[in-house]
Amino acid sequence: MSFRYDIRLSGSGGQGIILMGIILAEAAGIYEGRHVSQTQSYGPEARGGSSKAEVVISDIDIDYPKALKLDVLLAMNQKSCDDYYMDLKPDGILIVDSTFVKQIPIARAYQIPFTRIAREKFGKEMVANIIALGAITKLTDIVSPKSMEKAVLARVPKGTEKLNKDALNAGMAEAIKARKNILPFVRSEREDEDT
Amino acid sequence: MKKKPKTPYKEFLLQGNEAIVEGALRAGCRFFAGYPITPATEIAEAMSVKLPQVGGTYIQMEDEIASMAAVIGASLAGVKSMTATSGPGFSLMQENLGFAIMAEVPCVIVDAMRGGPSTGLPTSPSQSDVMQARWGTHGDHPIIALCPSTVRECYDLTIKAFNLSEKFRNPVIILVDEVVAHMREKITIFEDEEVEIFNRIKPNMPPEWYIPYVDTPSGVPPMANFGEGYRYHVTGLTHDIRGFPTSRPDEIDPFIRRLFRKISQHFSELQFGEFYETDDADITIIAYGCVARSAKRAAIDARQKGLKVGMLKLNTLWPFMRTAVEKVLNTSKIVIVPEMNMGQISREVKRVNKGSTKIFTINKVDGTIITPQEILARIKEVG
Repeated sequence: MSFRYDIRLSGSGGQGIILMGIILAEAAGIYEGRHVSQTQSYGPEARGGSSKAEVVISDIDIDYPKALKLDVLLAMNQKSCDDYYMDLKPDGILIVDSTFVKQIPIARAYQIPFTRIAREKFGKEMVANIIALGAITKLTDIVSPKSMEKAVLARVPKGTEKLNKDALNAGMAEAIKARKNILPFVRSEREDEDT
Repeated sequence: MKKKPKTPYKEFLLQGNEAIVEGALRAGCRFFAGYPITPATEIAEAMSVKLPQVGGTYIQMEDEIASMAAVIGASLAGVKSMTATSGPGFSLMQENLGFAIMAEVPCVIVDAMRGGPSTGLPTSPSQSDVMQARWGTHGDHPIIALCPSTVRECYDLTIKAFNLSEKFRNPVIILVDEVVAHMREKITIFEDEEVEIFNRIKPNMPPEWYIPYVDTPSGVPPMANFGEGYRYHVTGLTHDIRGFPTSRPDEIDPFIRRLFRKISQHFSELQFGEFYETDDADITIIAYGCVARSAKRAAIDARQKGLKVGMLKLNTLWPFMRTAVEKVLNTSKIVIVPEMNMGQISREVKRVNKGSTKIFTINKVDGTIITPQEILARIKEVG
């Protein structure tokens, strides 16, 4: 069976969700040489409204370009968390921005306050998405930190390289902390019977 | 480990829209006139940056009617030209699209399909402009419409679109849906890649001997650039071989028939598509655009469950790929046509069907893509 990894990044318009999708796809596709497909859906509003970017990573040609069952769901607000957690695989990874997501639907979730860290540590809320990318890198191992850093630096505006690099590293550090507080994944016996 | 090719190459993560721009520039497009509209804006955006760098011209016009008029004017002056829009703008372009067909002016029009009718769903995908591409402009006319389903196809089919429009002196429409237009995929472009580029045939006689709309064996008359001494009359009225309006039945009939013949006698050059495991398939899915990708996934999943399912992907929508469709109609017991409209290509499939094959449709009009699971469910339901 070929390898296929489905990621959904979701939140509200203006949080940089689609840019995250592009950077993640570039890290996996251009810098790691895998097959990638990045799609997006958003409302007609310039900001506010809901925003969603999906990245599929595979080692063969990708047929269906959107995410099927999710290996990773990042929710940057409560609504997207409520809407999409049902699409996660049983062993899928849920990462939430705990600044906005207060009600966690499943016990196994990585809760990191991306926006609060961005605000308090960097004084700029807009780097919350880069911090989240750092966390995704560490929590999933789907791309190497080195490729992710290259992809981030290639996409951000000139003059903000250091800020974004620091944000990425902060995200990775937070992820290591969050990993210590998570329940281990245990596959139930009944599920094994079914499959 | 895959061997890296020896020639220098570049890998890009490109959006469908950006790949269309790259393809157009590779094909020699040097003029773009348009009016921004979601989900086609990225084409105008990239063109405004890239065209001036290669000595081309970009104009943002006051609306889509004027955009299409500017494209026709630029093409008459000898420059490969294009425009890009979505459903609402495509409606406005229909009038001048007819003019381009009548005056036989090569040009490429991209329609990134979004939900309709009217302003509809600006950011949601749809495939509901298929029939508009065919019959949107009035009068009996031939048309070519291509439909990519991957970013790579966006690049390749745009080059083909320019070649076909130059070859047949006819507008070519690229029907891309919002999913493909906004999707990013990795594509590899080799720097020394050989690409077949076709340029319009120019007259080889002195200006005083030039007859602008004369019939030729291919049905396509040579085309002179405006400003090079070949003077001729361009009109939307039905015209004689010299380009002047005529109402003589013996001139009108051969003219209209020639317009059709230049496409119909080259049908085989216009058939782009892909058969996926259709040879032994009991059930074949006929799909195009982003839905073809769901269909392929559904076919793979169905095969794993032991069902003999294949897929025919249509990259040419007009002229309708009759021979390819007939082939699967002859070998399959059941054909399923999933599309994001109330049944536009399925109507054509039913027209071609001689009655032995059962045809089922999946029509989704809620502004979301048809998923592989939905196709698989339909396969189980009818199979």
